[in-house]
Amino acid sequence: MSNISLKDQYINKTRRDFLKKAGAGVTTAMLASGITLMAYPDPALAREPNEGVDPTKRWGLLIDVNKCTEDCNECVTACSQENGWKLDGNPAVDSQWIRKLKIKNPKTGFEQTFPVMCQHCANPPCVDVCPTGASFKRADGIVLVDKHICIGCRYCMMACPYKARSFVHEPLEDQKSHAPRGKGTVESCTLCVHRVDRGDQPACVDRCATKGHGALMFGDLNDPKSEIAKTLATYATKQIRADLGLDTGVRYQNL
Amino acid sequence: MALPIAYSSINSGKGFYATLALLAGFIAAGAAAFLYVEHHGHVVTGMTNQIVWGLPHVFAIFLIVAASGALNVASIGSVFNKKAYKPLSRISGVLALALLAGGLAVLLLDLGRPDRMIVAITTYNFKSIFAWNIILYSGFMAIVGAYVYMQMAKGMEKYKRPLGILAFIWRLALTTGTGSIFGWLVARQGYDAAIMAPLFIAMSLSFGMAAFILVVKYTGKATGNLLGSKMTWRMGRLMGIMAAAVLYFTTVRNLGNLYAAEHAGVEEFILFSGNIFTKLFWFGQILIGGVLPLVLLFAPNKGESSSRVTLASVLIIIGGFAQLYVIIVGGQAYPLVMFPGMEVSSSFQDGVVASYMPSIYEAALGLGGVAISLLIVVFAMMAFKLLPRDMSDAALDPHHAVKAK
Ligand code: SF4
Ligand code: SF4
Repeated sequence: MSNISLKDQYINKTRRDFLKKAGAGVTTAMLASGITLMAYPDPALAREPNEGVDPTKRWGLLIDVNKCTEDCNECVTACSQENGWKLDGNPAVDSQWIRKLKIKNPKTGFEQTFPVMCQHCANPPCVDVCPTGASFKRADGIVLVDKHICIGCRYCMMACPYKARSFVHEPLEDQKSHAPRGKGTVESCTLCVHRVDRGDQPACVDRCATKGHGALMFGDLNDPKSEIAKTLATYATKQIRADLGLDTGVRYQNL
Repeated sequence: MALPIAYSSINSGKGFYATLALLAGFIAAGAAAFLYVEHHGHVVTGMTNQIVWGLPHVFAIFLIVAASGALNVASIGSVFNKKAYKPLSRISGVLALALLAGGLAVLLLDLGRPDRMIVAITTYNFKSIFAWNIILYSGFMAIVGAYVYMQMAKGMEKYKRPLGILAFIWRLALTTGTGSIFGWLVARQGYDAAIMAPLFIAMSLSFGMAAFILVVKYTGKATGNLLGSKMTWRMGRLMGIMAAAVLYFTTVRNLGNLYAAEHAGVEEFILFSGNIFTKLFWFGQILIGGVLPLVLLFAPNKGESSSRVTLASVLIIIGGFAQLYVIIVGGQAYPLVMFPGMEVSSSFQDGVVASYMPSIYEAALGLGGVAISLLIVVFAMMAFKLLPRDMSDAALDPHHAVKAK
């Protein structure tokens, strides 16, 4: 189980559910599936998820720019701690899954800051261009890179309109078992898929709330009763570069 | 009419072993660079999270684009039935294959995970133009390989032309596909334009012709089998027309971009801001790669000159590299526009022009790819009878030569 790729696991999960229902048992499902060249032990992935990927959901974030303060970098720190990437003094090549952006209107001088990460597009260009299918979108809208299949061509980085992706330029150490990374592959915000799958919210959202800002809201965009869906229904919100029609899962309020 | 053309292989000539040794040396350097980058990661290259495709891609795409153009001579011979070009079809096909192989080698060796090449070949995402390109490249290899084989095999006459036509269509698709790698990047202000496909076709015709002329002329000179000056001039003029087409599409593309508000920023950045890309564009691409060759080839009252064709070919290749550098690196250096009209800053180099300094490893890898292409050509010329035994005007095109007298 531990040596199959994320995507296979996702596919197999569906298959497994089917087999379970068909009474065929759990143990059979693992052998088929594509190519896996490097295996790593991964307890978080190896567990049998009780709740699989639910295609009726569309996970998303709402970022209230007014609540985000300029000198705060907590969401970035939280992500870095949670997922094991760090800014190591070489910002041109170090991975950054999430970054604080500052925009300024040159005419009025008005400034805003807010975090930008993978926008978990419903029509993700990174997935469209990826030659191997390593970039993929889960049924619940989370866009991921399967580090087992990624060949490191970086075409997805060329295609992403948000510069959300980083290429791992150096050998890695101290990886987190729940957030596998690999030299020579591309990575980006996973929406803390490991936390979401166990019913928690992403680390950035948690941290922002603990610090008393509450600028980030996580939830199911498809569920009209969720807080995020209600807020989206009530207030004006934006998608960055909405003109591209990518239908991002990350939305901004007061931007 | 003309006697059947006799072909021969080569195994010696002036500087034969020196050429082999030089090429082998470049390949060894490329291999060393590859292993070094593979071990240490791409951090030792000049490439970053902003400039994700660098010098290796300039080389790779140059070679791939030129590959399709190197087939010009074969196409003119078999598709457009021009007799004088037919004897050069074999070498034309082989050069096309060799350039493609060299380009793909660079592309694959620059991958973050080159050990997973097999994944690239076996797992397809059919929505990806990249994946389509892999199919286009493999098909090109197969078709041109078969075409060259038919040229050399006996009793295959009737297949030559249909295969030639298939190869012709395929190469157009291949170059369109390569151009589309960029044309389809909707998010990048520097690339998103349908004109990329015809531009790349024109580039391929001109770069490939230049490479073909240089390889055949050099080989002819080294083996004492000089390419006829009339033939050289004809090919040179053809190359000139294609170089003019490149200039034309470049102008259309850049003017179009200047008028489209969304692209105006990156266009001004390339054309006028005075950075390295501006210089490469005006001096490298336009002057060296466009205007000078055209003057050399079309200036009135100058007469025909084989050496001016050589010089023009060299200039076109230099200009081609400059052009691809501007397109590939320049397009990425200009900051991605996420908030039009706003000033943007971050720790991830948002809103700033990304700098790129190619490393020696990237250059070695790219040059290694060129050397792979050329070494394949040399080996093929040793193993097979590719070149006409006599490349003089009289032998290639008796009719034309007589008329000219
Ligand atoms: S933001 Fe970029 S990386 Fe994320 S899904 Fe969209 S295109 Fe892909
Ligand atoms: S770098 Fe990896 S994820 Fe990105 S396009 Fe290439 S194979 Fe796909």
